[in-house]
Amino acid sequence: MNEDRFPFQPLSSFLMKKTDYFSQGKNDSEDSGLRFASCQLLWKQINSETEKIQEELNKQLFDNLIRFLRQSHSEFQTKTTEWMCRMKSSEIPTAALVLGVNVTDHDVTFKSLSEVLQDNVTPYVVSLQAKECPGIKHLLQKLMGQLMDCYVDADSSEEEECVNISQKKIRCSMASLSKWYENVTKKTGSETPSKKRTSSSRHWQSPPVVVIFKDMEIISSQHIHEFPLVLIFGIATSPMIIHRLLPHSVSSLLCIELFQSLSCKEHLATVIDKLLLTTQFPFKLSEKVLQVLINIFLYHDFSVQNFIKGFQLSIVEHFYSQPLSVLCCQLLEAKKRVTSLSHNQCENIRSLPSFRRYVESQVSEKQIALLTEDSFLKEVTQTLLEDLHIYHENYFTVLRCLHVFTTSLPKYPLGKQIRELHCACLGKSVWETEEYESAIQLLRMLAKDELVAILQKCAEIFISPSGKQFSNTVEKLEEFLARFQNLEEANEVQDVSVSSQKELQKKTDLYHLQKTLLALKESKRSKKLTKFEMLRFEVVDFIDSLVRSYLAPAEMQTLNEVVYFNTANTLREHLNAAPRIALHTALNNPYCYLKNQTLKSDVGCISNTAPDICIVYKLHLECGRLINLVDWLEAFSTVVTAVEGTDPEAVATDQVDEIIHARFIRAVSELELLGFIKPSKQKTDHVARLTWGGC
Amino acid sequence: MHLVPTRAAATRLGASCEPRGRERNWGGGARACCSLRLQFRGQLGARPLPPCKVYVRSPLAVRRLLRPGARGALLPGKGGCKAAGLPGALRGGQCPASYLVNACWHCRLSAMSQLELKRNKVLEARFVADEDVLKHISDNGGVKVRKDRAQLALNIKRFVKKLENISDDDEAQEILEEQNYVAVLGACAEASELAQTPGKNVTFESSQYPEKPASTPQSNKKYSASNKAQLKSKKNEFVSTTPYRLRKRLSAPSLRSDSESDYSASCSEEEEEEDKDHKETSDVILDQKTPSKTRAAPASKKTPAKKLKEEMTSNLVEEYFEAHSSSKVLTSDRTLQKLQKRKLDQQTLLVLLNKAPPAFTAELKELNQQHESLFSKWMLQLHLGFSIVLYGLGSKRDLLEKFRTSLLQDSVHLVVNGFFPSITVRSILNSITEEVLDHVGTFRSPLDQLDLIMKRFKEDSSLELYLLIHNLDSKMLRGDKSQQILAQLASLPNIHLIASIDHINAPLMWDQAKQSLYNWLWYETTTFSPYLEETSYENSLLVQQSGSLALSSLTHVLHSLTPNARGIFRLLAQYHLENKDNPSYPGLSFQDFYQRCREAFLVNSDLTLRAQLTEFRDHKLIRTKRGTDGVEYLLIPVDNGTLTDFLEKEDEDM
Repeated sequence: MNEDRFPFQPLSSFLMKKTDYFSQGKNDSEDSGLRFASCQLLWKQINSETEKIQEELNKQLFDNLIRFLRQSHSEFQTKTTEWMCRMKSSEIPTAALVLGVNVTDHDVTFKSLSEVLQDNVTPYVVSLQAKECPGIKHLLQKLMGQLMDCYVDADSSEEEECVNISQKKIRCSMASLSKWYENVTKKTGSETPSKKRTSSSRHWQSPPVVVIFKDMEIISSQHIHEFPLVLIFGIATSPMIIHRLLPHSVSSLLCIELFQSLSCKEHLATVIDKLLLTTQFPFKLSEKVLQVLINIFLYHDFSVQNFIKGFQLSIVEHFYSQPLSVLCCQLLEAKKRVTSLSHNQCENIRSLPSFRRYVESQVSEKQIALLTEDSFLKEVTQTLLEDLHIYHENYFTVLRCLHVFTTSLPKYPLGKQIRELHCACLGKSVWETEEYESAIQLLRMLAKDELVAILQKCAEIFISPSGKQFSNTVEKLEEFLARFQNLEEANEVQDVSVSSQKELQKKTDLYHLQKTLLALKESKRSKKLTKFEMLRFEVVDFIDSLVRSYLAPAEMQTLNEVVYFNTANTLREHLNAAPRIALHTALNNPYCYLKNQTLKSDVGCISNTAPDICIVYKLHLECGRLINLVDWLEAFSTVVTAVEGTDPEAVATDQVDEIIHARFIRAVSELELLGFIKPSKQKTDHVARLTWGGC
Repeated sequence: MHLVPTRAAATRLGASCEPRGRERNWGGGARACCSLRLQFRGQLGARPLPPCKVYVRSPLAVRRLLRPGARGALLPGKGGCKAAGLPGALRGGQCPASYLVNACWHCRLSAMSQLELKRNKVLEARFVADEDVLKHISDNGGVKVRKDRAQLALNIKRFVKKLENISDDDEAQEILEEQNYVAVLGACAEASELAQTPGKNVTFESSQYPEKPASTPQSNKKYSASNKAQLKSKKNEFVSTTPYRLRKRLSAPSLRSDSESDYSASCSEEEEEEDKDHKETSDVILDQKTPSKTRAAPASKKTPAKKLKEEMTSNLVEEYFEAHSSSKVLTSDRTLQKLQKRKLDQQTLLVLLNKAPPAFTAELKELNQQHESLFSKWMLQLHLGFSIVLYGLGSKRDLLEKFRTSLLQDSVHLVVNGFFPSITVRSILNSITEEVLDHVGTFRSPLDQLDLIMKRFKEDSSLELYLLIHNLDSKMLRGDKSQQILAQLASLPNIHLIASIDHINAPLMWDQAKQSLYNWLWYETTTFSPYLEETSYENSLLVQQSGSLALSSLTHVLHSLTPNARGIFRLLAQYHLENKDNPSYPGLSFQDFYQRCREAFLVNSDLTLRAQLTEFRDHKLIRTKRGTDGVEYLLIPVDNGTLTDFLEKEDEDM
């Protein structure tokens, strides 16, 4: 087979619907169509939500940018002295956009930026990406192409001419660019000159590209007289890089203004807040899954996009693998769907661990009913779903409230971010943890001002969303606040009482004085616990009770499996795979994959019946930098023949069996393909080892 | 303050060291000998302290275990002997296993094979974990030592008896030599003790160091009647066949023994030779250093232990740098040619491999079925905008092929065999534009082409393409530019990419930006199936094969040429072979060549010759090089063996 690629054109390009693939996965697939539909719907909603978040977060940055562009632009318009000055020194106004290291998110940012610019400032926006422009020629070509396209969009009457130009692949140079610009301004621009401005935004992350830019800027500075060019650089690391990458002669031509974008951590916090800590979306992530996603974010890429991708994957996985995920939708819809559940699905519900736990806690008649009557089960399920929904509503409110408390503590025993607190509460009963214990201890030492401020914030949290369940709580909080108010007055009263005590002292003799002093001391000690302290204890106890009643771990909730995705392993496997470890395991311990008893061996050993490549690999591990093929072959054949028990006489003739030789060749070439060895010219019949240590 | 081991200890040492000698004889070469470990305890005691313990690894165990019917672990019989004071470390179980057991498989196995030959029995050989060896050593230590030793001695006796039964010519001699050797070893051990305990007065009789020719197993018989000259040459081989770690160990006792004047000339000669050989490496070896140091300064008794401990904790990193510290690499000089092995070409290889019995068919099938159950999930995820990458040991070609036939029959798809040596990104793009988009015309650069493809796919959302790439990490596709283009293709929502990677460093191809373009979902699909197709191309194979394919291409190219052209090449090839022993052979100058061709009536003008040469050059049959004097020299970049084969074949044809 010497063909390197095969295109296949089917006769009819009939495509299977996606739902078909969805249903094929599981034999017992129930309501797969419905599940897929709700999955898609949910994802759509979430996606639009994330876009909205992104937009809001970028809003301020973009506003600043637009102001900057407008300003430099209006200067050009009015030919103010400042612009003239700049022109004399041939400076190009430049905006440097510091975006942070999460390179993968930048695409989206730039895309929306150029859209915003096109809408608000000028139709002539060119977005160039370093990776798309490997050379100066490409860069200019691309720039021209995009400009021409914009132009076509802006003014359709000029279409013919423009199409001609771009198709001919004209000599792309700055000269032609400025000529083109003059052209445009002459023909159409006389009436609307305010709209003519070019801004090139470009990703600028990799040093090699800069060589290209160098030329570009030298040329373009000569043309600044003729047309207003504004550059926008995207920078991943620090603004210093501009000066380091561009020679002084170039950077002196740029008039740079810095813009700082929102840090990706804040971005993630918002995303988590809006997507996960809300009852808006029925789908939830379990603690482990969330931990995996956050770890990937923190330790690998800082990419919010990837986080959302992981979120999407977990949605897909959940709906794909959990037949009951059909109920993972808005409450009303879910209740409706419960009524139309099939018998199989009812059985599925019965086999849920959380449901079994629930059944066991019921009286025996109800147990029987739940396990035998589908209709009764459905009724119960409806109420359980409602309970679950209410649990979530309460959970998030109390979580936010607790977060307000914990963020004010020194050293943040329960984490600084709400996501950490969320993880802690999701996994296990948070009040049993040591961290919670210490947090409560610290809360008991809060100063009054802080406590009052926190209580006010909490009251706001409880009032703002669906205040119905928490009317009591709000009342209680307000009562606390009022009591704190009263406390100040009470303090004065206390002063009075103290002074009266002082009066008392005067009339006593030494013995009584001693007695009263002791009593006073004691009363002081006990007084420490009165009034403010008492109240503080009360408040903390109240918060504690809230936590205990509302922040129960999700796993304890009945039917949590319906909405919680909890197979963190699959997620980790697919998003953060370790191919080297897999390879290493397969080579070192084939029993992990081939469940054959002959392969079973202790750690670090290898059975001689193992696949050839494993034996060869094992042997190669014991070598130094170079490996003699002859020795290797001999060792291999020894191992193999020892296993097979072939006639040793054959080996004695020193001629290694041809088949074994062939097997050795295959195994060695496989190792080469895998990158463990490479041919070496240092010595005849030697190969060089490329890896050290166990992956 | 001196450590004075008792006589008994010395004898015990001798007894337990005996296996070393046996191993030597038995392996038929000096390459195999046991690893010897000494442990000193309580060095600071005023009274004579418990005798040092000797840990004898492998050979003995090997023998015991390889006895017919015996089952159990084969401990790595190490070609090196190492005496080292390892207090603390062993006790604490802290010593890195790799240090203890970096046994040389070559020696170990050749010893084994020899054993098998003699035994004529089927054995079970098994590698043993480092931990086991460690355990074995620590088991032997402590209370059990004596008992064990008695047992060992017993075993040896039994073995000697066994050997007698086998009709072997030099058996008696062997045993004799063995005993000598053992005695020496005892001395050796004592010597090392001496090194540890300066000022000690121990007299011991050291016998002649039995010099055993080191020979490769296959040449073992030839050298049985060895003479001095042979010995000399073999000695060299011994040195060269020893991997560096082994050498490291060997050097340890040898240095110590240097200080003993009782050694025979031949012995010290050997040691000296060895010493010379690794002058460069010896500096880093602590083993060698420490004894000499203690000899020089008795006060610093503690240092060796400390240093050794440090060495014990030497990790893989150090191992790496050690291997790369000197430019000299010590491996055996044996070549495949000496093995008189017929080189296999692709065809024979395949035939032979087909003859090999398939192993674990049931398990492999089960493994494959597991992967196949994922097909529909893959399909779903492809449709949702993810790309899928398969990794894990074993060829994933069949799996992807099955995926294709079962699910993609009705859709447009493109299969790319990345392992094919002439695949380029451009050819992939070409087949997309030409055969999927039916686009006629050429492109100035792949980027233009990519732009067009992206535009077309964005415009027409009904257009769908499945891209299957076998070995995305192949040499031709792993370049940054290629990956960038492929990543951009994959980022299109209606191009669905499913690919496989094999190279261990394949994930390094992608930076964050590319990864997010690809939008990978990783799937581990370890299949254990052989990479038959992937390795079947010339450039992915090792030296064994290069010759055969070069030869066939040579014949093919030349068969398509005129007889005159063939004659021209013959002339050059013959000249080339005549000068093969001349290391400064620059090639045949063009003028000379022209003269020769003219004389042979092959060309009539230098223009025709040049035309012919261009032809050759295009097929990479010759190479031109300008000499220092500006003259053009012609060379054939094919190895001599192949060229000789070619000429022979040509002669046959004529």
